[in-house]
Amino acid sequence: MTTSTGRAQRGSRHLPIDAPPLSMRALKAIVLIVLCAAVILPFVGIISTSLADRAQVTASGGFVLLPTNVSLDSYRTIFAGGVVSRALMVSLGVTIVGTAVSLAVSTLFAYALSRQGSFGQKPMLMLLLLSLLFSPGLIPSYLVVKELGLLDSYWALILPTALSAFNVIVLRAFFMGIPAELIDSARIDGAGHLMVFARIVLPLSKAVLAVIGLFYAVGYWNSFFNALIYLNDTAKWPLQLVLRTYVVNNTEIAATDLGSGSENLPPQASIQMAILVVTIVPILIVYPFLQRHFAKGVLTGAVKG
Amino acid sequence: MSRTDSASTASIAVSASPTLSRAALEAPPPRRRLAWHARIARDRALLLMAAPGMLLLLLFQYLPLAGNIIAFQNYLPFLPLGQSPWVGLENFTVIVNGDPAFLNALRNTLVLTLVQVVLVFPAPIALALLMNSMLSERLKRAVQSVLYLPHFLSWVIVVAIFQQVLGGSGMLNSFLRSQGAETLSIIGNPDLFVALLTSQVMWKDTGWATILFLAALSQIDTSLYEAAKVDGASRMRQVWHVTLPGIRAVVILLLILRLGDSLTVGFEQIILQQGGVGLAASEVLDTYVYNNGIVGGQWGVAAAVGLVKGLVGVALVVGANKIAHLLGENGVYRS
Repeated sequence: MTTSTGRAQRGSRHLPIDAPPLSMRALKAIVLIVLCAAVILPFVGIISTSLADRAQVTASGGFVLLPTNVSLDSYRTIFAGGVVSRALMVSLGVTIVGTAVSLAVSTLFAYALSRQGSFGQKPMLMLLLLSLLFSPGLIPSYLVVKELGLLDSYWALILPTALSAFNVIVLRAFFMGIPAELIDSARIDGAGHLMVFARIVLPLSKAVLAVIGLFYAVGYWNSFFNALIYLNDTAKWPLQLVLRTYVVNNTEIAATDLGSGSENLPPQASIQMAILVVTIVPILIVYPFLQRHFAKGVLTGAVKG
Repeated sequence: MSRTDSASTASIAVSASPTLSRAALEAPPPRRRLAWHARIARDRALLLMAAPGMLLLLLFQYLPLAGNIIAFQNYLPFLPLGQSPWVGLENFTVIVNGDPAFLNALRNTLVLTLVQVVLVFPAPIALALLMNSMLSERLKRAVQSVLYLPHFLSWVIVVAIFQQVLGGSGMLNSFLRSQGAETLSIIGNPDLFVALLTSQVMWKDTGWATILFLAALSQIDTSLYEAAKVDGASRMRQVWHVTLPGIRAVVILLLILRLGDSLTVGFEQIILQQGGVGLAASEVLDTYVYNNGIVGGQWGVAAAVGLVKGLVGVALVVGANKIAHLLGENGVYRS
């Protein structure tokens, strides 16, 4: 009795509409299962193919849904020190340095913009908001990077996208929510702005910093177009471009590319899928952290921005 | 001397009569505005903190805006920026005279925008309604975790995944071959390119796009549903009269943003897949700018097309926002 009323109450709180008929619920369940399968199944296939041995890949005509004999050969091959290993180091380096630069610049900027009434605060905020309204255009952006002498430099992958106006606005909204008394009392005690920022504002913003940092990191990890237009030197390519060359464009992977001593490579399909897995895995690792916070982050920006 | 006098009279007046005290209050306010150089000195630390951000903003957002002057020049890469000869509006003739390649790019762009506004835009609304009606909170979270994931994958990964599933030796065709059925040519087929692009966009972003709609749905006052039920509204009528009006503002906001982006359709996504399909089916305005400018070296023409595209984009956002205001909605911004 108590359980049934409890359930009814919960139902009316979480579910404003009456419970639908069984056929309707079955239909919904089927739709949702199909949608989830459409996301999950490709991942299963890709991981399986990367782990399958040659006999199975040949037998299946290139794609394996469940590997019978697990073989790590394709991973051993791509990590042997060739083009994929190098691209992985480039991607990791750009992501780590880029995220650090982005976080430093964005938090400092957001703090300065959150101190209302200071010199230039309003015009700077206007410039930032206005930049959301237009995109600067591909050709002039390319020419600016070229004139700055950044072509073929890793900084071309970092600086043009280092500042996201949206992220600065989210950070600013968060900083403005920190009780003014805390900051004012520290200021009265003689703390400078940099001290207040480092000792009060940043420690109180750990969660939002983690989210924004992850968003920046995912952006750097995923970026491919900047590398395509700004880097002519293929030795500097990040992982996404290697993925494009060997998987999307289906360029034959030679043993020399992979720095592998043996000419007897694992099947192309397995190597391709291993590259794909290496590109996806970092996203899968940070995804649970992102997911815990992003709804909140997106909403702060949407409501207060 | 006179200052102290007036002050003392004022303080006496306060105690004596309220009318005089008001006169004292209306005296010029004591707040003094600091001279600008004094304010700079006072806010020195804040200005230094803002400097790197401002520098990046000016260098990579506003300087390129000024760099659009090359749309009026015959840009010569070996001369310093701004030293190339002026050619007036010559670079704009591809637009005005309707160069076939340009018109083709424009047509493909508009077709894709139309298809995506009709098919891609409503999908997350439907999915959000579906998720919102789920009974189990925990199951809902699990579904969200799965469906949000593709948003965080790069276009390179998404295109690669689609090739592995739908390509010649992919999952689908391997299955068909094992069943002795005929294989399907989907990847690299110009006739199916719009469908392929649209399904990729839906796979990647439909789940993620539900976030804002779900947030709006959770804001709806449940007593409205109860009132509707008392009035005898069926489930469909509840959705029509309570749910949809409840998310109207968010829908209009996102529709404005989408319309403002009418001329922008999946640049990276298309660049990655242009090779197999050919320009006739796959060229859009952004790829036209890229292929003619950075690849082809026609900097002035590409910049001109990019500039017009950008201006039309801003006009579309401002116009759509105005229409939203006329309809009594908040839109993206209020001036």
